[in-house]
Amino acid sequence: MNVALSVARKDLQIEWRTRMVLARVVPFALLVMVLFAVALDSEPLVLRAAAGLVWLATLFSTMLVVQRAFDIETADAAIDTLLACAVHPARVFFGKALALFVQLFALVVVLVTAAMVLYGVTVSGSRVVLLVTVVISATSGLALVGTLYGAVVANMNGRDSLLPLLALPVLAPLLIGASRATEAAFGSQTIDMANGWAWVGLLGVYGIVFGAAGSAAFSPLTESDS
Amino acid sequence: MHTATTAAPGAAARTGTRTTRVIGVLALATTAFVVVSAFFLTPADSVQGDSVRIMYVHVPTAWVAYLAFITTAVASGFSLARRHRTLGFDRVAGASGEVGVLFMAMTLLTGSLWGRLTWGTFWQWDPRLTTTLFLFVTYVGYLAVRRIDTDPRQRARRSAVIALLAVLEIPLVHFSVVLWRSLHQEASVLSPDGDVRLDDLMLFTLFAGVAAFTLIFAWLVIHRQRLTALADIRQTVGLDAAIALRRSETRGVVK
Repeated sequence: MNVALSVARKDLQIEWRTRMVLARVVPFALLVMVLFAVALDSEPLVLRAAAGLVWLATLFSTMLVVQRAFDIETADAAIDTLLACAVHPARVFFGKALALFVQLFALVVVLVTAAMVLYGVTVSGSRVVLLVTVVISATSGLALVGTLYGAVVANMNGRDSLLPLLALPVLAPLLIGASRATEAAFGSQTIDMANGWAWVGLLGVYGIVFGAAGSAAFSPLTESDS
Repeated sequence: MHTATTAAPGAAARTGTRTTRVIGVLALATTAFVVVSAFFLTPADSVQGDSVRIMYVHVPTAWVAYLAFITTAVASGFSLARRHRTLGFDRVAGASGEVGVLFMAMTLLTGSLWGRLTWGTFWQWDPRLTTTLFLFVTYVGYLAVRRIDTDPRQRARRSAVIALLAVLEIPLVHFSVVLWRSLHQEASVLSPDGDVRLDDLMLFTLFAGVAAFTLIFAWLVIHRQRLTALADIRQTVGLDAAIALRRSETRGVVK
């Protein structure tokens, strides 16, 4: 487990020193939120769609963060060196997923705040608990799938367009679940709290399935032939 | 050796064998029967009229697409497990994936044409339709990875992982879409084939269609994977020949 923590700390340290997420991804995600509002051009409609828009903006941003997370590994074949240290690939997988989780969690917090300010969303009372649970479970799933598919396309030509093509269909259940549960937490008329919690269950199953798949698949994905 | 390959290029480059020719003839014969029966022998449906005839293509292509994706997953599993034969299984997985995408496109196309005639709309956000669409996009991505020019063994491993993940993804997508739809609207869509009553000839034609498309699938996959194998050999042979040529040139210069 120490290995996973060191890998996560390494990734977060690199982010802290380069501030790629802070300087480019967060502004990009906020811009997407603004553009959604402009495109929909109706305050009730934006409020109604707020939950889905937050997660859609997160999904797009995840693609950028994942690219970055694996570009730092494949440049100078850093990951080969890392794996040559007799480190279990699954631990590297969970380490990278943890670093991704921390970054995406911060991003989602910013975006939910933006939804409150820009879209007029309000969250009160027990709904806060649901919201926090949804954000944690959905972001975990996003980090695990992101890390897995980041490894699939790492070092490939055209990876920047391949990653969304491969990862977004897989993330569809997560988008559906997170959007509906967040809608419940935002106090929507169409979906109640109980249903919101049911969706959290789906997000949990999703995270476990892809966590297991990722830890199993990371070894054949990162193996090098040369 | 060089003259041997140029003397009989046809014999070396052929992908057909006795087995594939038998499969091909059977596929043609069953397809011919399905065409005649679907258009002329079977009756029009009492409710759907002539549009029911789309079923003879729609159902078999859907079945073959699923068969193809299962084949891809199984071959991918073997390609990861049997290290010494990775590329052989990888070729089968790739060939089957290509045919699967083609047939799934036909399923979606014929389905939406039928939907336009029967439901009055090309598309419904029905769980089954939505899942099929995601499945289709997933395998389009799979084929995109297969086209990447990189080390063949690495590409084989990565595309095998994608094919196996697709198997995990589909039940999750389907379950979430079912849950999503059930929360938002009651099933407003007719079950695509639930209400259709079939007489014996219609049922037989449908099964003949499944048989015909399965044979076509087998024929295409066998040829396609042999073609890929030949292309791989050609690439290696071509590289060896080019290296030999350069070497002989250098020798000439040194002399």
